[in-house]
Amino acid sequence: MARMRMNQAIAAAIGDEMRENPDVVVFGEDVAVAGGPFKTSDGLLEEFGPLRVRDTPIAEMGFMGAAVGAAATGLRPVAEIMFVEFLGVALDQLVTEAAKFNYLSGGTVRVPMVMRASVGAGLGFGCQHSQVMESWMVGSPGLKIVALSGPHNAYGLTRAAIRDDNPVAVLEPRILYAVRGDVTTGVEGIIPLGQAAQPASGDDITVVCCGSTVRTCLEAAADAEGWTADVIDLQTLQPWDTEAVMSSVERTGRLAVVEECPYSGGWGADIVAKVVSEAFGDLKAPPIRITAPDVHVPFGKELEQRYLPSAAYVTEQIGELLATGESPPHWWERDGALV
Amino acid sequence: MSSEVLARREAVRTDRTARYERMVEIRALEDAVRGLFAEGLVHGTTHTCQGQEAVSVGVASALRPSDTVCCTYRGHGMGMALGLTSKQVCGEIMGRVVGSIGGVGGSMHLCETSVGLLPTFAIVGAGLPVAAGAALTAQVRGTDDVAVAVFGDGAANIGAFHEGINIAAIWKLPVIFICENNQYGEYSPIASTTPIANIADRAVSYGIPGEVVDGQDVDATVAATEAAAARARAGDGPTLLEMKTYRYAGHSRSDTAPYRPEGELEKWYERDPINTFGARLVAEGLLGEGDIDDIAARIAAEVDAAIAECTAAAAPGVASMFENVLV
Repeated sequence: MARMRMNQAIAAAIGDEMRENPDVVVFGEDVAVAGGPFKTSDGLLEEFGPLRVRDTPIAEMGFMGAAVGAAATGLRPVAEIMFVEFLGVALDQLVTEAAKFNYLSGGTVRVPMVMRASVGAGLGFGCQHSQVMESWMVGSPGLKIVALSGPHNAYGLTRAAIRDDNPVAVLEPRILYAVRGDVTTGVEGIIPLGQAAQPASGDDITVVCCGSTVRTCLEAAADAEGWTADVIDLQTLQPWDTEAVMSSVERTGRLAVVEECPYSGGWGADIVAKVVSEAFGDLKAPPIRITAPDVHVPFGKELEQRYLPSAAYVTEQIGELLATGESPPHWWERDGALV
Repeated sequence: MSSEVLARREAVRTDRTARYERMVEIRALEDAVRGLFAEGLVHGTTHTCQGQEAVSVGVASALRPSDTVCCTYRGHGMGMALGLTSKQVCGEIMGRVVGSIGGVGGSMHLCETSVGLLPTFAIVGAGLPVAAGAALTAQVRGTDDVAVAVFGDGAANIGAFHEGINIAAIWKLPVIFICENNQYGEYSPIASTTPIANIADRAVSYGIPGEVVDGQDVDATVAATEAAAARARAGDGPTLLEMKTYRYAGHSRSDTAPYRPEGELEKWYERDPINTFGARLVAEGLLGEGDIDDIAARIAAEVDAAIAECTAAAAPGVASMFENVLV
C-alpha cells in the first residue's frame, strides 16, 4: 500500500509492468524526456532508457499505427494520446486496424497495445480539449475500454490493460491526475478488466458511473437524505460488468446512470436498455440518465461547472425520482434554466 | 498447408524460374476472378493486380520469412508471392473455409503470419505506420528482421504516408517503404492528384534514400529490395522505393477503366513483366522455347484445380462471426 497521486499511480503501474516484461515499451508526445505533460510517465526514461521510452513527433496516426505494428509483432506498447480529441486523427489505427487484426488473421495475430488518453472537462481547456469521447469507441467490437476513477484503480487497471492481449483504450480523467489516494501496489493490486467495483452500498437505487462521475456519485450518495445507493464504478466500459449491475438493480429496483458525456449516444443508454429489457419486472421506477447536455463543453469556469453533472444535481435528480416515481426533466429542460 | 506455404516462400527466394512461375500463377488466378464473378461464385468486390506481378514477386524474393510485410487490399499477388497458395487466396476471395483466414475476410483481407504477412490493409496508407511499428519490434529486440510496407501511389497523399515514414526516419527503423505506382489512384491518374513526377523524391523530405525502380523488371525489383533490406538490417534505417508499374484491370471489379487514354494499355503490354522475364530466361538458357507454353498450361491446370476445390468447399458457419473478436 502506498499513498500517491493518480498520475503517479499510472507511472508506477507502467514502470512495474516494464520491470517485469521487456516487451513493454512506451511512446507518445513528450512522454520521455519531460515525463509526460501530466507526469504520467515520470522517471521511465531514466530507468528504462531511450530504446523503450520514446518521444514521438506530433503525429498521432503515425505513432498509433506504430503501436499496432509493434503489438502485432510481439511488443506491448503503451501509447499516450495527450488529449483524447487527438485520437480523432488516429482512430483508424485503433478501431479499424488494431481491433480487427485478430479477426482478420483467423486468430493468429494479437494486438496487445494500450492507448492511454487524458479525458474530460473541468480544467478550462475549452471545447476541443475537454471531451471524453467514449462514444468513438464503445461501438467497436474487438476493443476494450477502461475508465480510471482514482489512484487505486488507475494502478490496477493500467497494469491489467498492459497485460491484456487485446487492444485496450484507457481513459484517464485529467481532473483526477492530482488526486491522492491509497494504492495497493504489486501484483495483488492488479484489477481484472471487465469487473465493476462497488465503492458504496445502499438499498434504494443503483447508481452506475465511471471515470470522473464516480467521485460525483459518491459525494451525492454521502449527501443524500432519505435514501441510500449502491454506487457501481464500472471501471471497464467495454465489455461492462452486466452481472454487477443486474444483481444490484434486482435488489434496489431503481437505476440512475451518471455520465460526463452528452446525453445523445452516451454509453449509459446501453446500460438502461439492457436493464429495461431484461429486468423490467424488477423496476419500481423508470431508469434515468444523468448526463451533460448535447452542447460543446463551455470554457468559462461557471459555465463549465454548470455543464458537468454535479453531486448536488445527482442528489436532486435521484431525490425527485424517488419522490415522484417519474423521470425528472434534465436541468436544461426546466423552465427558466437558460435565463 | 503451412509446410507448402513455406516451401513456396523459399522457392522464389532462391530460384528465378520459380519467380517466373509464380508471376504466371498470379496472372492466371487474377484472370480467372472475372469469370468467377460471372458465374456468381464471388460476392462483393475484388482488386486485381495483372501487370504488377514483378513488384510482388520481386519484393517477396528479397525478404526472409521472419520479415514482416504490410500490404494493401490489392494483395492477391503479394500474398501468393509470399507463398500463399492459389487455394488460400481464391478461397478467401470466394468466402470459403479453405481461404487464407477461413473465408471471413474476402478479397481484401489475406493474412499468413508464417511468412510474415500481417492482415492486408483495406484502408489506404494504414500499413505504413504499422510497418514502422513492426520494425520497432526488431529494433527493440535487437534482431535483424526488417518490415516492409507495400502501398499504391494513391497512398502517397494521405497523412499516414508522411507520419509513418517520418517516424521510421527519426527512429532509424529497419523498414522499406515500397510504393507500387500503378499510375492510378482508384479512377484518377496520378498526375491529377500528385504534383511531382516521382514519389521517390519525397524521401528527401525525411532524410532517407529514395529510388525509382522499373517495376516491370523482376530482376530490378529484387535487386532494389535486397539493397534496401541490407541497409535496414545494417542499422542504416528506412528506404523509399517507387516501383513504376501498371494496372491492366480497372480499380475494382465494377471499373472498366474508361478513363484510360487510348493506346496507354497497349503500350504497357509491350513491356509485360511476365513476357519480358520469360524471354530473358529463355535467352539465358534457363528455360527452353517450349517451356513457356508448358509452364502456362501446367499452371492454368493447377489454378483451375484450386478453383474447383474452393467451389466445392463450404462457406464458414454462423459460429465463425463470433470467433476472434476478443482474444
